[in-house]
Amino acid sequence: MKKIVVGMGTCGLSAGAQATYDRLKKLVDEHPGDYALVRTGCIGMCYREPLVEIRDGSKRFVYGGVTPDFAEEIFDGHVKDGRILDGDSLVYTVDEEGRTGGAEHDFLDMQERIVLRNCGTINPESIEDYEAAGGYGGLKKALAMEPDNIIRVIRDSGLRGRGGGGFPTGLKWSFTAKQESDVKYVICNADEGDPGAFMDRSVLEGDPHAVLEGMVICGKAIGASFGYIYCRAEYPLAIRRLEIAIAAAREKGYLGADVLGSGFDFDIKIKQGAGAFVCGEETALIASIEGKRGMPKIRPPFPAEKGLWGKPTNNNNVETYANVPWIIVNGSDAFRAYGTEKSPGTKVFALAGKVLHGGLAEVSMGTSIGDLVFRIGGGIKQGKEFKAVQMGGPSGGCIPASMKDTPVDFESIPATGAIMGSGGLVVMDEDTCMVEIARFFLDFTQKESCGKCTFCRVGTLRMLEILERITRGEGVPEDIDKLEQLSVQIKEASLCGLGQTAPNPVQTTLRYYLDEYKVHIFDSRCPAGECQALVEFSIDPEKCVGCTLCARNCPVDAISGKPKEVHVIDTEVCVKCGKCITSCNFGAVVTR
Amino acid sequence: MIKTLAKEDNFGYRLWRYEGQKGDLIPLLQSAQEHYGYIPRRAIEYIAGVTGVPESEIYGVITFYSQFRLKPMGKYVIRVCAGTACHVSGARTIRETIEDELGIEEGDTTDDGLFTLNTVACIGCCSLAPVMMINDDTHGRLTPASVRKILRNYRKKATGG
Repeated sequence: MKKIVVGMGTCGLSAGAQATYDRLKKLVDEHPGDYALVRTGCIGMCYREPLVEIRDGSKRFVYGGVTPDFAEEIFDGHVKDGRILDGDSLVYTVDEEGRTGGAEHDFLDMQERIVLRNCGTINPESIEDYEAAGGYGGLKKALAMEPDNIIRVIRDSGLRGRGGGGFPTGLKWSFTAKQESDVKYVICNADEGDPGAFMDRSVLEGDPHAVLEGMVICGKAIGASFGYIYCRAEYPLAIRRLEIAIAAAREKGYLGADVLGSGFDFDIKIKQGAGAFVCGEETALIASIEGKRGMPKIRPPFPAEKGLWGKPTNNNNVETYANVPWIIVNGSDAFRAYGTEKSPGTKVFALAGKVLHGGLAEVSMGTSIGDLVFRIGGGIKQGKEFKAVQMGGPSGGCIPASMKDTPVDFESIPATGAIMGSGGLVVMDEDTCMVEIARFFLDFTQKESCGKCTFCRVGTLRMLEILERITRGEGVPEDIDKLEQLSVQIKEASLCGLGQTAPNPVQTTLRYYLDEYKVHIFDSRCPAGECQALVEFSIDPEKCVGCTLCARNCPVDAISGKPKEVHVIDTEVCVKCGKCITSCNFGAVVTR
Repeated sequence: MIKTLAKEDNFGYRLWRYEGQKGDLIPLLQSAQEHYGYIPRRAIEYIAGVTGVPESEIYGVITFYSQFRLKPMGKYVIRVCAGTACHVSGARTIRETIEDELGIEEGDTTDDGLFTLNTVACIGCCSLAPVMMINDDTHGRLTPASVRKILRNYRKKATGG
């Protein structure tokens, strides 16, 4: 029985996968045969969505960029006639001996998919698919184990928090386990607020049961019977898939009273976020579940002791929980076979930015940045020069290309000044201005600051003002010292991670790109050509078709040209407002 | 259009069902917003009456979270992604194009009530940067030209041609 699998995560859907699926459904209904149409979550090769995979036993053929018409070709050619459609669109293949091939097999070859084990291969809305793939085997094993034993296995595996904190998970569980309380809670942090991160989204959309199973196992280990998944509202598909999964799990007895007849109760509720980045911080998240403003609390006491509603609470990230069932089934040694001594296991990265192949990549900890960017990511778009990677979102920092051999793990990355964070990895090229990046992140953290701590609330605003002035060409020499001083002060005087890490993008860019700052301040120039106030606007004669749209929209009449002729911008008159860029349908206005 | 269970519940029914469940304030506010399209004054009064939480406190919660609107939204809520990946892929130009095309600024609604423009921190579709969502539909790989086309299509759909 051949399987026709269509990737239908949010990426796939926004690339048009629904139309592809609908066409295939029509064809399958009209021509029934020894094949079945299946929907799956994210296969990971997001840059080639929509993706359709033909699975023939253990043989896999993944096609990329599948429009409805191409889908029909694949159906007629491959599915019905058994003709493989070779070429650039056949991005990944696996033969009966497990050998990989295909136009872009590098993307998936280097990956070790533990967390993403089922993403892209099962229908996330089918609990039967999950069970067939070995799902809930971990839970069955754990229910027969002593709670202390479960915690010991997780501790021995060396699993560390995958949300960015890197705190040893087994140790965290033991804190809540040893609290004496009638009520304890298990919370899953699915707020994934880091811009540039979509790992958790893909796991929730592609394999929600893995997260549920991890939470139930945690509940058994620490003695909790209530679970909450706090998922940001910007992920409606993830929430929907979780709702379906929870209902199915309840029906089969994996959730609810007397789980699988073990005498242990555990149920899960979903709480939607309401648009606040700070609610990814655990105490703010707890406040939000309690229906309050999401403002962090000082710790100690830690949530393990006094968390939700004042009760002992264990909070972990989606990816952390997704690892748990696998570890219980395969053992801690198997987990340690991946990664490094201090950072065992794998990590899911969301490759984005100027990289050719953007998408999800799960690799062993210790893989180098260079491998992620070049071997998996395929290098930089349009052949431009690799400049830096930004890791860890607004709490992280920029690592220059010269350090691309740095392994990605919990020790090596912090040594550079950045943090690994939740796994968002944004690749930057020669056209990216690092000062502008610092300004961008400060703009973000400033808006998201809850306002409780003066240094975070006011300090980030001051830093933002300085950076805005610099990017407008109004920087003064004292600005650099001021930024450094404020960075230290904000870090010391903030009570939660948001404030404590908000200065990181500034500190790392000052450390590695001080020259760029100086050129902005002393020469009023932007070397990367990005800061609009400091660049020159011009029209690319190769792209201009003379439609006159830009000239008509220019507020200062700086553009001249006759219809059907290449237009020219008078840079003396130009006020750099950017209207021409937004008016041009041909991308002919460039800045340098 | 992705319908989560929260969206299927009617606001009035949820108020009626409230029996002191702790932490239900935010879900009630979300339900109100789903029902009215924003949170009108009277919804705050209803919730205060049913839960016993003072209106001022409810107002404090509403204004903390960026999702809640105290003013009506347009038929189509545009959320332009301003995340890192989208930012380096030209999200600012996209936002400026939308502002130009619709004649509104970020946070505003067009006079005909069709479009509201917001920016969000990150939608999570980074490989398709730059991205925007219109209601529950995600549109990626945007260019100024494609954005204008998409908006005009929505307008055509709403006004029937």
